[in-house]
Amino acid sequence: MVHEIFRASVDWRAIRQEFPILGEEVHGQPLIYFDNAATSQKPRAVLDALRDYYEHDNANVQRGLHELSSRATEAYENARQGVADYLGAASADEIVFTRGTTESINLVAQAWGGKFIGAGDVILLTEMEHHSNLVPWQLLAERTGARLRFVPVREDGTLALEQLPALLTPEVKLFAFTHVSNSLGTINPVAELCRQARALGAITLVDAAQSAGHLPVDVQELGCDFLAFSGHKMCGPTGIGVLYGRAEILEKMPPWHGGGEMIVSVTLEKSTYKKAPHRFEAGTPNIAGAIGLAAAIEYLESIGRAAIFAHDSELASYAAEQLAELPGMRVLGPKNERGALVGFVMKGVHPHDLTTFADQQGLALRGGHHCNQPLMRKFGLPGTTRASFYFYNTITEIDRMMEILRAAVRFFS
Amino acid sequence: MNPELEELYQEVILDHSRRPRNFGTLADAAVCVHGDNPSCGDEIDLGVKFGADGSLQEIKFSGQGCAISQASASLMTMKLKGKSRTAAEEMLHAFHGLVAGESDDAAPSLGDLRLLRGVRKFPQRVKCAMLAWRALEEALRQNAGQATVSTESDFVRPIPDGTTRPGPGL
Repeated sequence: MVHEIFRASVDWRAIRQEFPILGEEVHGQPLIYFDNAATSQKPRAVLDALRDYYEHDNANVQRGLHELSSRATEAYENARQGVADYLGAASADEIVFTRGTTESINLVAQAWGGKFIGAGDVILLTEMEHHSNLVPWQLLAERTGARLRFVPVREDGTLALEQLPALLTPEVKLFAFTHVSNSLGTINPVAELCRQARALGAITLVDAAQSAGHLPVDVQELGCDFLAFSGHKMCGPTGIGVLYGRAEILEKMPPWHGGGEMIVSVTLEKSTYKKAPHRFEAGTPNIAGAIGLAAAIEYLESIGRAAIFAHDSELASYAAEQLAELPGMRVLGPKNERGALVGFVMKGVHPHDLTTFADQQGLALRGGHHCNQPLMRKFGLPGTTRASFYFYNTITEIDRMMEILRAAVRFFS
Repeated sequence: MNPELEELYQEVILDHSRRPRNFGTLADAAVCVHGDNPSCGDEIDLGVKFGADGSLQEIKFSGQGCAISQASASLMTMKLKGKSRTAAEEMLHAFHGLVAGESDDAAPSLGDLRLLRGVRKFPQRVKCAMLAWRALEEALRQNAGQATVSTESDFVRPIPDGTTRPGPGL
């Protein structure tokens, strides 16, 4: 019901026209782009913002005394404020620009983890983490002698939360988990997880790569300490991402990369460092990327994240229902609420053959382990095929996908 | 159906993928190689038994993977059984040249393996076609015992004229 109200106010057909790439043909067929969980397409508003910046305002930030540098600096810092507003952060100083989710998590693992994690400490993760929210913690554990612990995933793709009390013990210094699973579509109860972690004094990190552009994400409502996401999965450019960190925690963290921009004064022997967030942004930042991300945020807000979530949920539910009707089909992930993607396995058709077959009909799917090797192993799967959606996708496109999948079954079996 | 797909998935290839030949475990294998393609999760276990003259007397594989990797493995084992080590090495190079699109003329000695020529139009699938061959290469190099190989690891292999060059860049 609520979904209908949000949906009714948006002209989804007009929105498609704002994405030039959606007019592409692939192998002589109209493109159907269902690999949005890997990266999203970009609207004209974002492409124009990048172009405008380079055509009119391009200069280095922070230290130039000329007009263009002032404009670039203002645009870059306005982008930071835009991200802060988008996330409900208390201040723009809590927003660090990075290359993406992966770099954001590595920043925390190195700068925060290097100082606050020691031998015997426990880092609690879940079995559904993307490699980017697993490998940095493995590296940290190797360096420090800390241990990793995992919240198991149930057969239906949800977290085994009944085991949380036994796992979330006082040795846990950090609980890092994904908001939306990139291979199962599970939406985790972030606020509840953060509340339980905080009650024990553990720091929380939320991987919002699959949620930041898809559903309302408010860091104060969620109650998290860190939150990481990438611009390119939410209509922004590649190479720009965000680490949100609560001010009091960022302030306690040492720098991680050294160089220009992050220092106050430098002698040959030692240096002093700026406050957060600039302390964590050594070197010339991705200025255009930040400006492009700000344009993407403005664009998403003009549609509304509630409307986007309602639209995407409808697509994902419809796809899951349709897929389940195919014989020999296993649809992964929760039955009810899910993020904007469906992972599946078809008996007799390997994901790689299926994605090659689909690609030749203009349909972009993803086949493989989706950077979730431990999870695939747990489910006894070499990999899955994934269809992931965004607000410019349509029910008609899903119907076409089903035709292609039925043709693939006939072809391969 | 478009021509590229028809060429990639010829009937013989689909047949070998559905009913792979020489599929199973070779109990008295001299060398067993586990190969995997981490980018897609495909896996193969290849067992080779050598004859008194060093030829590939028996060769079997098991594992799971896409139609291309399974058909390539099945066709490879059929082709190599009874062949000399030198002939197997030559075939490895000829097959790589075929699927990587490095040589236009497929060696006639490849026989049915030439049907995998369509892979050259799908660069992201070359690893699938080469998985069994990477395992074979390692088996010939190790000669005995157990080994593992991955399509992601770099390697340099001798070519028949005795010089070395970078591997097929899988």
